Order: sequence, then C-alpha cells, then structure tokens
Amino acid sequence: MTQTVAVTIAVNGQSITRTAGAHLTLLRWLRDAADITDPKYGCGEGVCGACTVLVDGEPTASCLVLAAQVDGAAVTTAAGLTRADGSLNPLQQEFHAHHAAQCGFCTPGMLMAATAMLADGRTRTRAQIREDLHGNLCRCTGYGPIVDAVEAAQERARDSSAAHHGPAGNGSARNGSARDGDAR
Amino acid sequence: MTADVRGSATLAGSGIRTSKEDELRIVRQPLARADQAEKIAGSTRYAGDLAFTGMLHARLVRAPLPSARIVRRDATDAFAVPGVVCVLFGEDVPHNVVWVDVPGQTVAVAALKASMEVLATNRIRFHGEPVALVVAETEDALAEACDLVEVDYEDLPGVYGLDEALADGAPAVHEQGNLLGEWRIDTGDVTAAFDGADVVVSGSYETQFVDHAYLEPEAGVGWIDDDGVLTLRVATQVVEHYRDVARILGVAESKVRVIAPYVGGGFGGKEDMTVEPYLALAVMRTRRPVRMQWTRQESLLARPKRHRMRLRYSTAARRDGTIVGQDIDITADSGAYAYLSALVLLYSSVHACGPYRVDNVRLRARCAYTNNPPTSAFRGFGGMQVVFGYESQIDLLAREIGISPEEIRKRNALVRGDVLPVGQEILTEVQLSQTIDAVTGRAGPLPSPSGPRKAVGRGIASNIQSYGRLVWLNDSAAAWVGFQLDGSLSVRCGVPDIGGGQASSLAQIASEVLGVPMAAITVHFGDSALTPLAGTTTATRQLLMSGNAAYEASVLLRDGVFGAVAAELGCPAEGLSLDGDQVTGGPVAVSLREALMICRRRNVPIEALGTFFGPKGMPVVRDLHAERVFPDFTFGTHLCDVEVDLDTGQVELLCYLAAHDVGRAINPLSVHGQISGAAAQGLGMALLEEVVVADGVNLTGGFFQYLIPASTDLPEIESIVLESGEGMGPFGARGIGEPPIGPPAAAVASAIQDAIGARPTVLPITPEHVLDCLRASGRAGSPG
Repeated sequence: MTQTVAVTIAVNGQSITRTAGAHLTLLRWLRDAADITDPKYGCGEGVCGACTVLVDGEPTASCLVLAAQVDGAAVTTAAGLTRADGSLNPLQQEFHAHHAAQCGFCTPGMLMAATAMLADGRTRTRAQIREDLHGNLCRCTGYGPIVDAVEAAQERARDSSAAHHGPAGNGSARNGSARDGDAR
Repeated sequence: MTADVRGSATLAGSGIRTSKEDELRIVRQPLARADQAEKIAGSTRYAGDLAFTGMLHARLVRAPLPSARIVRRDATDAFAVPGVVCVLFGEDVPHNVVWVDVPGQTVAVAALKASMEVLATNRIRFHGEPVALVVAETEDALAEACDLVEVDYEDLPGVYGLDEALADGAPAVHEQGNLLGEWRIDTGDVTAAFDGADVVVSGSYETQFVDHAYLEPEAGVGWIDDDGVLTLRVATQVVEHYRDVARILGVAESKVRVIAPYVGGGFGGKEDMTVEPYLALAVMRTRRPVRMQWTRQESLLARPKRHRMRLRYSTAARRDGTIVGQDIDITADSGAYAYLSALVLLYSSVHACGPYRVDNVRLRARCAYTNNPPTSAFRGFGGMQVVFGYESQIDLLAREIGISPEEIRKRNALVRGDVLPVGQEILTEVQLSQTIDAVTGRAGPLPSPSGPRKAVGRGIASNIQSYGRLVWLNDSAAAWVGFQLDGSLSVRCGVPDIGGGQASSLAQIASEVLGVPMAAITVHFGDSALTPLAGTTTATRQLLMSGNAAYEASVLLRDGVFGAVAAELGCPAEGLSLDGDQVTGGPVAVSLREALMICRRRNVPIEALGTFFGPKGMPVVRDLHAERVFPDFTFGTHLCDVEVDLDTGQVELLCYLAAHDVGRAINPLSVHGQISGAAAQGLGMALLEEVVVADGVNLTGGFFQYLIPASTDLPEIESIVLESGEGMGPFGARGIGEPPIGPPAAAVASAIQDAIGARPTVLPITPEHVLDCLRASGRAGSPG
C-alpha cells in the first residue's frame, strides 16, 4: 500500500494541510491534493518550467521535489501574484500589455521565474533576461514579448523605487493598456 | 450584404472583402486580450485542471514495438490491483474503428476508406499503438495496473524507409499495399521547357519528423450530464469530433457533447482525436467522471508527427532568371495509419512551386505507409516542407545566373490573375515583392564575423500558404450575436480557442460593427452543444470562417435594430449609427436600451445567427487540375543573418525578420504573436528538432531529448505586418496562423550558404551537417 503523510504548506499565504501519498511531487500535491492548478504539468522532468513555483522565495521545478520535502514551507504560485480583488500585479500587467501570453500554458511558470529574477533588484540586459528565463519553454510567442514584459517590469520597479525615495512619485501608475503593435 | 455604413466591409465577387483603414474604429487596434488577463492571473482552467468528486483516472497501455501481432492479452493481474475499476480491450469497444476519408484516389472520385482501431486487437503497426485502457480510482493504482496488463506479441517484419516501403515485395503495412496516396500535376510542356532553358538546377532535400510540442500535453475530463449526454471537456482543436465519438459508441450524435476550454497550444496536434474516444469508453463503462492526462513521454511517443519528406526538384530558367519549368518528385512518410496524410500531400503538391509563376510543371507526389509513428496535421500542413525545396532551388538559380536573391524572387513573383500550376487563379492582390522590400529595407548591414574562424551570411525565403479549407469540403461556420437588455453583448460561437485569440477576434469584429465597447462583450466558445458550430480551428480558417460568421451576424443584428428604430421614429435607417450606448443619426438620438425596448415592442429580434459558407469547388482527382482548390493565399518573406563557427559547425542566429501581408490586421498584437511564434517554431525545425526513430522504435523519450527552442536559442524576431486591405476574411483579413512557419528553414539554409558557400539540404541543420557542408566547400577547419 502507498504510504501516506500529512504535509502542511502555506500556499499563497494560506496554510493547507493534506494527507496524501508520501511519493507525491509538490506539483501533484498542489494540483491533485490541494486543487491548486495554476502550476502546470508540461514534461515531468524539470525541463519545461511550466510547473515553476517559489518555495520560500526560491524558483523551483515543482515536478522534481516531493511535497514532503517542503513540509512547512511557503509556496507562491502565479495565482498568488494576483491581488485579492482579482487585479494583476505590476509584472502581470506588463505581461498583459506586451502580449506575453498566447495559449498561456507556460505563463504561470514563466511569471514565477521572472518574479524570482526581478527579486534581486539587479538591472538586466535583454540578453541577461533571456539567459535567466532559459529554463522556461514557450511554444507560442518566440519569447520576444516575454522579454519585453520583464524588461518593462524591471524598469517600472526601478522607477517605483526611485519614486519611493523621492518626494511625491507614484511608482505604481500603470503604463498604457497596450503598446503600439508595430513597436517591436 | 449591402450595408455600407461606417466600419463595414464591402463584399465583392468571389468572396473578396476589402476595408479602408480610416473607416475602422476598433479593428486594427492592438488591444490587450481578455483571455490573456485570465491566463496571466492564473485562473484559467485548462482541460486537465478540472476535477470532480469521485472522479476516476484512465490511462492507455501501448505497444512497445513497431510491427507485431498480438497473441495473448490478460488483464487478470491488473484487475486485481485494489482501486482498478475496469480494463478494456478492443473487443469492449462498441464500434472499434475510426474511419478516414482519403480523397481523390479512385477513378470514381469517391473517398478511399482507411481505418484504424481504437484499441488494437490483432495487428500492431507502430510503437505506441494503444492496446488496452485501464480505469482506476487513483493515479497510483492506475500506474501499477498498467504495468500488470499482460500482452504477448509476435514480431512481424516492418518497413521503415521510404524507398523500402514503396519497393516491390515490401512487407505490407496495410492489406491494400503501402502506397497510401498519390497526386500528379502535368501542366504545359515540361520537356520543351527544359530543352529550351538556359539554366537547369537540381537538388534533393529532406525534412524530418517533428513534434508539435505544445506545452499542454493531451488531456480531458468526461462525465455523463443531464439527459444522459456524454460530455467531454478536452484539449482539442475540433469539437465536431463528438460525431466520431458517437459513431464509436453507437449512440446518437445528439447524445455526445464536446467542450473545448482554452487550449494550451494546438499547432495541428490536437486536430485528430487524442483522449476523446478513451474518455468516452471509460465514462460509458463506469458511469462516473473520468480524467485522462497523457504524459509528455506518451505525447512524444504516440501522437502523429509532421511528415518526413524527400523533395527532389529540377528547375529550368532563362538567363534573366525567369523560371520556365519545374520537375518535382515528393515522397512523404505517412507512418502507420492514414490520418490526414493524403490531404497533407495534396497541400504539398498545390504549393510545390511556391509564390512564383511557373507555366510548365510535372509533379509526382506519393505518401507511403511505414511502421514509423503516424504523421498528420502540423501547422503548415504539407505546404511548409516544400518551401525548403522551392526556396533552395531559387537560390541555386540566383547563384547560377548571378542575380540577387531578392531580384530573382521579384522577377518570378505571382501577381493577381496568374494561375497556379494546379489551375487556380489568384484572385486577390499579391504583395510578395513588398514583403521582400520590407525585410531587406529593415535589416541593418550584415555584421562582421566575431572571430577569424567565423563566417556570417544573410538569407531570405518567401512563401505562399493557403488559408481556409479545401473548397469541396463545403465549409461553413455559424456565430450568434445578441444584445442583453443592459446593452452588453454576448457572442456564441463553436470556435475552439487554442491561444491565437480566436475568440477575442470575434469580439473585436462585433465591436467594430455594433459599436459596443470590447469590455461589454463576452464570447462563449468551443461547445458543440451550446454554441453554433464553427468548424475546426485548423487550416488557418477560423478568422475567415467564424470571423465572417460573426461579422454577418453583427450586421444582421445592427440592421434589425436600426430598422426598428427608424420605423418607430419615422426616420431613414441608412443614416443611423451605433456608438457606445447611443443610436444616433441626424436629429435622432435614442439610448441603446431604449432602442432594444423598441425592438421588443415591434417583435424585432435583438439577436442574430450568422452562417458563413466558404467558397465552393469540385473535388480533385489524382491527376490534379482544378479551377479552385483553396479559398485564397497568404504571402510573406523572412530574412535571417547567421554566424557559422567554421571549426564546430555551430550556427548562431543573429537577426530574424518576418513580413507577411495579412490583408487587414484585426488585432495587430495577435497577428505579431502568430508571426513571431510561427517563426520560432520554424527555427526549431530548422536547427534543433527531430523525433528520432530507429527501425520504427521512437527513441525520443522526453523534452530533455526533444529540443524545442529556449529563449537563449532564438534571436530577437521582428515581425512586420503589411496590410493590403484585401482578403477573404472580415474587413479583408487573410489567415496568418500557419503561413509564417514556412520560410524559416529555407531562410536559415540560405544564410548558411551565403556564409560558407555550401547549402544544407537536410533538416535539422545540425553542426555535423554544417561540417559536412564545410568539407564540401573546402572550408572545414582542423579539429580542436
């Protein structure tokens, strides 16, 4: 018989406990035991990045770790970036404005890889953004719009932090809802 | 349709539509799509994301070898695993057969019927063929039970090579022999053309098995709904497969419903059925909800691939570069079952001479059954492999004659009124030369090599690709557009949305015609029972088909509302317009809500169903000659700069430009997305991707072996959208989903040839192949 184990994980700020097979990967635990389905199964071998989540802030291929290994950890998924009222966070807004999702299946993982990348506050060139996203595959976009979105989010974070230190800036002001389709 | 108010398209003869930029208010706007907001928020429920309480799980047991006979099957041990609910074999399938029409292959012009079993009972024809279906309470029980299903096989001789399959006495994959389909074109006098030509160039080109590799593997959930309707919510491009499922089950078509939620990529790989028949069998047997999700490994193993092809071309031209003749031989690997192979090969045949006028053509095209993985639809559908052939030939000609690649293409470019070798006249404007100018004008100077053992080069490639289905298939699509009483708008259309903005485009079209803001429009899509059927999201047909249907429904609805308002107020309907929440015209102004009340008082519907019928034509026979095969075509040109490492053969992509005339860009964001995404997929085929099959055994076991391009493998891809304002879709739009995947492999090969003086002829262009080319051109370096 399959050995079961109780695992408690704080997913997107909410503590969830499920008793499930001890052999379950974090991805299967999230999807099948906790019904948190925004992390996607794309390859099951850590190549495609569609299952990327943050485990205590670290980007992790959730198909490669067991849920029991991260018992007690805090996990953030793409849905956890979305604000309580359903609105998008600045990175998500840039993904939307730059047409960085088509079929959208790689998007939750891509967002988490980008979130982890932006967290260190370093300014990256487009080539460096590509380098840091190379573990997340996309079959629809050709990556250009994703790089555009991450670049814009990076710029916005810099403006925002400059504004916070300045007298009266509003760093979270939203850019235009969509950019000119020819401007690429 | 005679409406000629602001924002409308005008309908000319033969289905050609046009529009003027300055008359459009919503169409052409790069609007961020509503479906993307949900996907980015992480709230979209894809096919594999839905779960029911008490849901079962299903998985297939597949044959481990390519050619065999089943001698024994035993499910006793599997069934004994706790939690296993049932194990089904072919004998348990009510009608264990899927029929495929193979058109044009008999003298009577009737369809040749090819078939395959849902679950194999006797003969195994490919590695991965389904043999048993296991259903269990949990995934764990399922995994254990699948390993315990005992199947014994007797090895049979198989055929794996194209020449081998077509040779006399080859082991027959199917009883009727290994030649599945054959097409011929004979137009003009090829012998005289070659005899009288100044230059003849010849080449042989090979393309590989390619996997669609959408990020979402095949998945779905099935259950029995009210009134006993079997409902399958699956990742599919074709909700109309409910008919195939009904046939397999032996139930009425009205008792099966297929829902396509947002699909995580299709590219043709979700055009044939995937999980549908198996989910259906499991649900009907257990009367419980069932989920089936294929693993990536299973998807790579068993789903149909892009056809491996061998293309042999001889091309004759005059000294000035004018092509006078093409002699073409195409052989394609159909794998173990027919699927759509004969049609794919028909596309290859019709597109084989490219976007160029050629008066004298001899073409022989054959597709052969083998014991390799089946092959079927894949973005470009046979019209794309031939680009690697005809564009290689035209570059050889340019070099031989001593004119530029741009010049020779422009000299031979099709123009409106030209007739394709198959007999079809080009009815719409062709902006091929403009696409050539667009990419060459945008590209900067070719950079210098980054080191002494590096070489740089630039290549271009153009293409022609049809949009819309073959005209004798009597294609149609329907869409329903209706006002709600608060003035918001609902659109219902059976279109599956596979990520290209198929649903969103309908909203943009309705918004243009009806003046309702995008935020007030909701599109209900992809449900075979509750949305009007719109046909398949394949063949670059949905903007043409469902787009025109939504347009027609919107115009009907608008005209009805205007007619009612005009009658009520005693003013002419012609001067009215709808903008936001007002119907206005001269002195008349009523709120939209009031206009809708007027309609209700006067028994005028505030909803409309539009049905669009595609252009018609006669079926073709094996010897191809037809006035019309496709509705229309899309043209484009790509440009690529590469740097080749002369010691390792490594090819680096430096820059990539892709220009297509899309007629009219309904949503430029979606159009750019289609072009750059297709270019990326084509570049993967050019340089990286191959499903490796050895004597029928599929050796490609995962994404760690099947290399689709990562962000670091691709250059910045710049898409350039040209709008001739003329096409057969709404507002003069042309289809753009498939066309941009054609040119990349040829553009890369041209750039490599420019860099090293020898041309790669086999895909993918691996470093090893480049080194072979370098040796041939005498530029290979010493190793290390």
